[in-house]
Amino acid sequence: MEISNIWYFLSALTLLSALMVIMSKNPIHSVLYLVFTFFCISAHYVLLNAQFLMAVNIIVYAGAIMVLFLFVIMMFDLKKNIPESKSSLTKLAGSVVAGTLLVILIAIVRKNNIPAPLGDKFNSQTGMVENLGQVLYGEFLLPFELVSILFFVAMVGAVLLGKREAGERNF
Amino acid sequence: MNYQPQDFLPIFVQLAAALAFIVLVMVLTHALGPKRHSAKKDDSFECGIESIGDARTPISVKYFLVAILFVLFDLEIVFMYPWAVNFKQLAWNGFYEMIVFMGLLLAGFIYVIKKGILTWEK
Repeated sequence: MEISNIWYFLSALTLLSALMVIMSKNPIHSVLYLVFTFFCISAHYVLLNAQFLMAVNIIVYAGAIMVLFLFVIMMFDLKKNIPESKSSLTKLAGSVVAGTLLVILIAIVRKNNIPAPLGDKFNSQTGMVENLGQVLYGEFLLPFELVSILFFVAMVGAVLLGKREAGERNF
Repeated sequence: MNYQPQDFLPIFVQLAAALAFIVLVMVLTHALGPKRHSAKKDDSFECGIESIGDARTPISVKYFLVAILFVLFDLEIVFMYPWAVNFKQLAWNGFYEMIVFMGLLLAGFIYVIKKGILTWEK
């Protein structure tokens, strides 16, 4: 099979599952469709020859972040939080805004002939974990160390927001 | 090594085989197994206590905290993997870089432990 056919198939699958995320009524189903969307995006990473990103995307996004999403959904009382259906004027205004944005985006992409990145200097092995490590721990050392500060802040923030006092119920 | 996307085809074949096995077994059990439907048989906990109320009760934020800490340390391990692959080439320089990275995360971990987030009952 031609590689572009795989790409078209994958893109259609990704868009379809992403649409199902916002269209399904049950929030748990939305989360499961989102997991499927992440798997499709991981397959795109394979086509881009970025296998490390593929593995990280599955482990972190499809695994860990989705667990958090499920927790958040379970923490809400879903019966109390059913959103009211919008009036038809709001729906019309929303579709007009979204449609205009879509037209503008398509026009921008069509007007600008985006050149192929790097051209002749393209190296298919850039996304491999060896090369990624060399770049990450050499050229991009400062962002890497800043990430640890970001993690630290996230940890402290989560503890400050979520700490419970003793004696409160767990269910 | 010069990797291409098709070199990872065996992984997808394995994934497809695992999925196909699950689907096959599910279809086979439903096709071969006996079917006896009744109000009691179709209960969620057939031989357990009767289920009361709704499963969607609000749960404690403690679970969420443990989950978010898991995600953070999960990401830490992700950053260690490219470092471990390049361990020899990066030599001591890379080691010191990693010490700084791990030191800050360890400070966060000590903070979490001191705050008693991971102790369930106090």
